[in-house]
Amino acid sequence: MSRGFDPPTGWTQDQPLVAIDDVHKAFGEVEVLKGIGFDVCKGEVACIIGPSGAGKSTLIRCVNALVPFQKGSIKVLGIEVNDPHLDKLRLRKHVGMVFQQYNLFPHRTALQNVMMAPILVLKRPRTEVEAEAYALLKKVRLEGKEKAYPGEMSGGQQQRVAIARSLAMHPDLMLFDEVTAALDPETVKEVLLAIRQLAEEGMTCILVTHEMSFAREVASHIYFTDRGVIVEHGPPAEFFSAPRDARTRAFLSQIL
Amino acid sequence: MTAGCNAGRALPVMLPLPEALRRPAAPPPIRLSLSHGIALAGFVMLTALAADAAGVAAPRAGVLAVLVRWSPLLLRGFGFNILISFMSMAIGTIVGAFLGLGLVSLRRAVRTIAWALTQFFRNAPWLVLLFFMIYMLPFQIQIGPVSLSLPDWVKAVIGLALPVMANVSEIVRGGVQSIHPGQWEAAESLGFTRTQQLWQIVLPQCVKRMIPPWMNLYAILTMATTLASIVGVNEIVTLASQVQAAEGGRTDLLAPLYGYVLLLFFIYSYPIARLTQRLERRYAVRI
Repeated sequence: MSRGFDPPTGWTQDQPLVAIDDVHKAFGEVEVLKGIGFDVCKGEVACIIGPSGAGKSTLIRCVNALVPFQKGSIKVLGIEVNDPHLDKLRLRKHVGMVFQQYNLFPHRTALQNVMMAPILVLKRPRTEVEAEAYALLKKVRLEGKEKAYPGEMSGGQQQRVAIARSLAMHPDLMLFDEVTAALDPETVKEVLLAIRQLAEEGMTCILVTHEMSFAREVASHIYFTDRGVIVEHGPPAEFFSAPRDARTRAFLSQIL
Repeated sequence: MTAGCNAGRALPVMLPLPEALRRPAAPPPIRLSLSHGIALAGFVMLTALAADAAGVAAPRAGVLAVLVRWSPLLLRGFGFNILISFMSMAIGTIVGAFLGLGLVSLRRAVRTIAWALTQFFRNAPWLVLLFFMIYMLPFQIQIGPVSLSLPDWVKAVIGLALPVMANVSEIVRGGVQSIHPGQWEAAESLGFTRTQQLWQIVLPQCVKRMIPPWMNLYAILTMATTLASIVGVNEIVTLASQVQAAEGGRTDLLAPLYGYVLLLFFIYSYPIARLTQRLERRYAVRI
């Protein structure tokens, strides 16, 4: 890890970067997660797939403490998320998140969107952050769009700004919550390209997706969830070619 | 049916919708226009002329001459109305903005107190609040060695600021809640503190949306400043009744005199109303 922990969490490189264990989450009476658990090691790309209502997005939101959960444990770099005294800022400096609806700040340009968090949260010097923001936008192939406002960009471009904005915080883990679900088919490709590039650079990712062919290409491991539990999981080659569970087969036959 | 028989003709789905099926357009809202002001001015002139025509027998000054003679006093009174409206608006906006932020606080206690204050002052009749302040506030307050006298008009400013405060509070709450929750989430997941989320992300986006309702509120407040006449502040309505008394209680003065007061309010409010409409149109499109 580039940054030291203060206080130290006892996490070492040989442990999983994310350790999810027996997570239960209910919205009122409705239980959406019924004991989900898996590990993600450094540099791995975990893909969560499954029918809508399976609790995929809820799980990913639990990982960076956007929603609380009742039971179980999620440890990110040794930081326990299910802790009433959790220092959320500390957690979020390590975890980046990209949303289905981009959620760019519409009153700021692409460049400012990328620069805001490092300046305001990490208190880094503006000139340094600005140079880095230009580089990040170039990396997601948005050179020349620095001064554009979100309203002036296509969905795919906005989503790539959102990715650059998360990367500006130097996260150790990236969460992607159905990031291509709201996009036009022709702009999906360029977003997926940006994510694949990240994965190839060794970024640890958890992504919820409906893009099966993409999951097959980039994932280290596929988790198929339905009604709050993991039904089946495995490396993509095995998972897609020889699904064992009836529910998995039914789901895959509908989608593929 | 063969493919050929439709060739060259527009398919039915592409034809414009028949007139009968189209939803009738909503009638345009009635808006304040310059013609209303002209009508008002016409009303003053007509009533003045009618009064003069009816009173040819008795030797007395023409109604228009009376209006001109008293104009400096009446205008000074109107200036006082505007001063009261400015000060009430300023106080009400500052306090109301904090109250409105209290309504979206994460702390339940803060939310509850802000809610109670907002509801109480928003639903109380303005005149009752005004009376309350006039009679409950001391005419002089002692702060250490300095004694500060509170004339009636200052009490009126405070009395009118209270409902303004409550309405501004609701405008702020509405503005903040009009922002998509995804904005909060995105800012939160980037590590922004709650205060940063509010001031850097949410408020900059919704302040523009709050301006039209805020200006509407100001227009309402301007009208309400005349309530201060009931508690004896020397604003324009008080002065108008004094003018009428000074002219010997002539009843033929009533219509043109108060018409004149209305006209002054129109001249002041009209540009504000137009500006509000323009801003509403401009900010309505961008969501």
